[in-house]
Amino acid sequence: MKFSIYRYNPETDKKPYMQEFDLDIPEGSDMMLLDALLELKDQDATLAFRRSCREGVCGSDGFSINGKNGLACITPISSLKSPVVVRPLPGLPVIRDLVVDMAQFYKQYEKIKPYLIANDEPPAKERLQSPEERAKLDGLYECILCACCSTSCPSFWWNPDKFVGPSGLLQAYRFLIDSRDTQTDERLADLDDAYSVFRCRGIMNCVDVCPKGLNPTQAIGHIRSMLLKRGV
Amino acid sequence: MVATVTSLGRSGLHDWIIQRVSALIMLAYTLYLAYFVISTGDVTFAAWQGLFASTFMKVFSLLALGSVVMHAWIGLWIVSTDYMPKLAIRMVFQVLVIVMCLALMIWGIQILWSI
Ligand code: SF4
Ligand code: SF4
Ligand code: FES
Repeated sequence: MKFSIYRYNPETDKKPYMQEFDLDIPEGSDMMLLDALLELKDQDATLAFRRSCREGVCGSDGFSINGKNGLACITPISSLKSPVVVRPLPGLPVIRDLVVDMAQFYKQYEKIKPYLIANDEPPAKERLQSPEERAKLDGLYECILCACCSTSCPSFWWNPDKFVGPSGLLQAYRFLIDSRDTQTDERLADLDDAYSVFRCRGIMNCVDVCPKGLNPTQAIGHIRSMLLKRGV
Repeated sequence: MVATVTSLGRSGLHDWIIQRVSALIMLAYTLYLAYFVISTGDVTFAAWQGLFASTFMKVFSLLALGSVVMHAWIGLWIVSTDYMPKLAIRMVFQVLVIVMCLALMIWGIQILWSI
């Protein structure tokens, strides 16, 4: 199988280039793309990329794979057409090869205050939720912050400093509907400008790529209705 | 929160609502005009003038014109902040759009007044 991998070392290369690799993969192999990348690294030890858990829970190895963002560790080689083109996640500065600078992405995450704020009297033991209240967090809390969604979103490419992006907004909604959080109104006020939420154009690239099968567009729709209820 | 920027409304929500409502008004106006053309059969100058002579049509037209202008400004402002990263280009573009919107508005009022 043929591979075409994005290479760029700012210390030695004037500009990025694509490096071709060849790898013998037996027919019907259940290998994942990450395994293949590790074998390519054996061929050329200078190839740099991030990975950790190799089972789709840490969110380290998000790449653009044949033009679509995804996690290499849970992308079966058998699902890919040769040559496999692997590039860094689009829209973020490249540090080296497939390693991108995620600072802008995390800044947006930080902005939505991704923690529970409860300003009411602390209970004796713990803040309880009914099974129904807890169920509202399903489809939201599973996000692993891999950035596959935000870096596939054109609105995030153009305004990564102002548009919170699908990942951040999914998390924002996760805390907006948490029955234990008392800051709903303040959280909504922080989102009600022309960029943070409203730059979402509903293209649903985010839904298309999320390796955890989450639906940021739907969460954004819910935030919009909450803003609407609050504003009229 | 992103500091208030030069969009039209007071908040992101406000802009969003203006955009939807103005779209509905434009749609209603288009449908109404289409209905007039179809139901009139022979659209003579007199029939056309008669249509716009009524106060209802004047108000409706003005409303539609206002909607076009607001819709265009909000929409093009968004496009410019997406696709024109160069400040100078963005500013010239926005000024052009504003001038055109205002000109369109004044011109439209003047035409409607003269009927
Ligand atoms: S639906 Fe919204 S957040 Fe998702 S990719 Fe499209 S514009 Fe971005
Ligand atoms: S929503 Fe999905 S694609 Fe986006 S960061 Fe979370 S897990 Fe990754
Ligand atoms: S290595 Fe952890 S998600 Fe792929």
